[in-house]
Amino acid sequence: MSASSDHQDSVFSHVVQAPEDPILGVTVAYNKDPNPIKLNLGVGAYRTEEGKPLVLNVVRQAEQMLVNDQSQVKEYLPIIGLSDFNKSSAKLIFGADSNAIQENRVTTVQCLSGTGSLRVGAEFLARHYHEHTIYIPQPTWGNHPKIFNLAGLSVKPYRYYNPQTRGLDFQGLLEDLGAAPSGAIVLLHACAHNPTGVDPTLDQWEQIRQLMRSKGLLPFFDSAYQGFASGSLDADAQSVRMFVADGGECLAAQSYAKNMGLYGERVGALSIVCKTADVASRVESQLKMVIRPMYSNPPIHGASLVAVILKDRDLYNEWTVELKAMADRIISMRKQLFDALQAKGMAYKLLFILVIHCTPGDWSHIIKQIGMFTFTGLNTEQVAFMTREYHIYMTSDGRISMAGLNSRKVPHLADAIHAAVTSIA
Amino acid sequence: MLPPSSYFYMMGNFGLQILVIVISFLQSLGRITMAVAVDVSQFESITMAPPDPILGVSEAFRADTHEMKLNLGVGAYRTEELQPYVLGVVKKAENLMLERGEFKEYLPIEGLAAFNKATAELLLGADNPIIKQQRIATVQGLSGTGSLRLAAALIERYFPGAKVLISSPTWGNHKNIFNDARVPWSEYRYYDPKTVGLDFDGMISDIKAAPEGSFILLHGCAHNPTGIDPTPEQWEAIADVIQEKNHIPFFDVAYQGFASGSLDADASSVRLFAARGMELLVAQSYSKNLGLYAERIGAINVVCSSADAAARVKSQLKRIARPMYSNPPVHGARIVANVVGDPALFSEWKEEMELMAGRIKSVRQKLYDSICAKDKSGKDWSYILKQIGMFSFTGLNRAQSDNMTDKWHVYMTKDGRISLAGLSAAKCEYLADAIIDSFYNVS
Repeated sequence: MSASSDHQDSVFSHVVQAPEDPILGVTVAYNKDPNPIKLNLGVGAYRTEEGKPLVLNVVRQAEQMLVNDQSQVKEYLPIIGLSDFNKSSAKLIFGADSNAIQENRVTTVQCLSGTGSLRVGAEFLARHYHEHTIYIPQPTWGNHPKIFNLAGLSVKPYRYYNPQTRGLDFQGLLEDLGAAPSGAIVLLHACAHNPTGVDPTLDQWEQIRQLMRSKGLLPFFDSAYQGFASGSLDADAQSVRMFVADGGECLAAQSYAKNMGLYGERVGALSIVCKTADVASRVESQLKMVIRPMYSNPPIHGASLVAVILKDRDLYNEWTVELKAMADRIISMRKQLFDALQAKGMAYKLLFILVIHCTPGDWSHIIKQIGMFTFTGLNTEQVAFMTREYHIYMTSDGRISMAGLNSRKVPHLADAIHAAVTSIA
Repeated sequence: MLPPSSYFYMMGNFGLQILVIVISFLQSLGRITMAVAVDVSQFESITMAPPDPILGVSEAFRADTHEMKLNLGVGAYRTEELQPYVLGVVKKAENLMLERGEFKEYLPIEGLAAFNKATAELLLGADNPIIKQQRIATVQGLSGTGSLRLAAALIERYFPGAKVLISSPTWGNHKNIFNDARVPWSEYRYYDPKTVGLDFDGMISDIKAAPEGSFILLHGCAHNPTGIDPTPEQWEAIADVIQEKNHIPFFDVAYQGFASGSLDADASSVRLFAARGMELLVAQSYSKNLGLYAERIGAINVVCSSADAAARVKSQLKRIARPMYSNPPVHGARIVANVVGDPALFSEWKEEMELMAGRIKSVRQKLYDSICAKDKSGKDWSYILKQIGMFSFTGLNRAQSDNMTDKWHVYMTKDGRISLAGLSAAKCEYLADAIIDSFYNVS
């Protein structure tokens, strides 16, 4: 048999080249760009003022502790992961005094960051829940529909973002959820909506809660920015806690990628709040059946770091300070970008040029939006222009990651946006 | 006496008042209903899933207080003192990583490039032309399980209806993986209980009978659970029939270097197939050979007939990984890349692997010697010596295995499998007694 197979048909001949992931592909393109002025505002990874990635001090300390600890081994974790991590994660999101936790009505399983938690939760629902439709906000994180579809759920939109106001289309949201069949699953961003940065107010959350409970809609929270959005862990969990306080059921996917800077370690948790402890225990047993044939048990390193930090009073406090510093830097970037755009007199130019598109002529949405991302309102052509001419990398929906911005680069970004809106309609 | 119209007026008024009261009551009910969730759980009908058969063994062991208890269910290496073992090179690599102050940014979807390169080279040999020709697609996966799952999803999407043939018996989780990935599977004969050896003719026959273009799941070395591997000549014959039927070989390599102590020797089956120009899938794990169990580090490799095919396959594997977990964990991948990439650490790793494999071979020998010394019946126990790897199929049936646990406090799986990794030299005699008793006194 010849070792050369040039003439041999591959069994994979029919496998086509997949396009790069729209979000992660931005970094791929950025890395390929040789121009030194390039700026990566694509993926939501925090950068310092010096433009460098950041590993939190508490994380470094926790890592040193683990390495020094002779009793640390690398034995398989249980299928549902590290027990201390699970308990601490539940307390973090639901509150240490949560009734649901005290009544043992919550099952929490360690998963692979936010994505993994969403996928395990969705697979579970596709197998065991009577409704197989999940409603997702328009727009939402690009990976959401793929996760749910592959898990076996069908995806329907609910109105969320109003491009005219660059704010929440609350009426549309209420109408669409109001029209959903009883029992349908609803994806909710706990805070710092991705990609828009537009969050409901607490009053609006209460109305959403009432509507959902009256229709028996099942909430599935995606909490990827707790503490990172406002700087306060408790404030960023209010929406979730509201739904748990009423005694009802919900799912919550938690990620430590951003708030602990543990991106590549893939640390997260899926919690399911159930009516009774008995139900929670049965649900947990079925979650194991989803996990075991997917990856058997989760990775230990990141979860160990989180557990150490959450359980140590000093480290925990230090963490909250580092978290607030990151959130504050992002808020300051928003202010600086807004000021720079204002300074360019864009407000008036925009009113003039864009009135035909009914776009408001100001950039105040940049400071009103919350979290890592800003929905600039730029269209795909304008985005392509910014990449081509200014080497600024962002997703084609006009989303930029404020976490990737620093003071030195603000003028360059403001120039690029100005050029994009003035040369392309 | 009031005029009739007044009575109507009064009744209407009264009725209105009743109406108002009723409406208020209903409204308040409505408010309560809207504010509080339904009383019955949405998950009420969910049943309790059965416990995992393998992990359940360890749980039972922990609960046992008997001083002679022995856990031979565990699929993880133990030292002679029956302690878990973190390899010296792993500790060194972790210290290096900490000193360097590595960042924790997202890996690309396909994983750490240095890890993928090292993995492909370990598997095929660094000078293998396949690597130079870029005909291998390597994607970092979540250890063996995660890598198998990526491959299963690829099969489901691009080879709809194609079957995977798995050995009878095989690792318990294989069928779960293919079930969840919705890939149909069937078994090929493998273990012959009469000889406690390989049912080679049955194996060949069943592979031949499978529909053309099936995927044949093969254990690269140290078959789990039997420890029975084909000989090199048998591997050639297996490759022949697979080529004849245009099947696609799908290797599960969980013990490279851990089985014999030699990385190259343990990869010989895979290399044999690759050298024939065959396209193949290989799921790899570093759980055992680098002791990185909980770090979940492995890879799925697809050897293709062209670089173009490999690139396309890789892109589709990424498309499967992204909605499952986005990108893989960095820690274990860095450890592997550091160990394999540093000549001194790589050397040291090979020594530690020889030590682990050596300890297992030596307890295997000691167990055999102990059994032969105690059993004067002339029964041939040599199959214990011929088996390879962490596990041994004792030949005990279910009732006999239960006796091992109930009477002797030896914990093992019901199929008669024991993990030699959990056996110390000091306990060989005790185990020999238990095996002999169970074999002869229990049917």
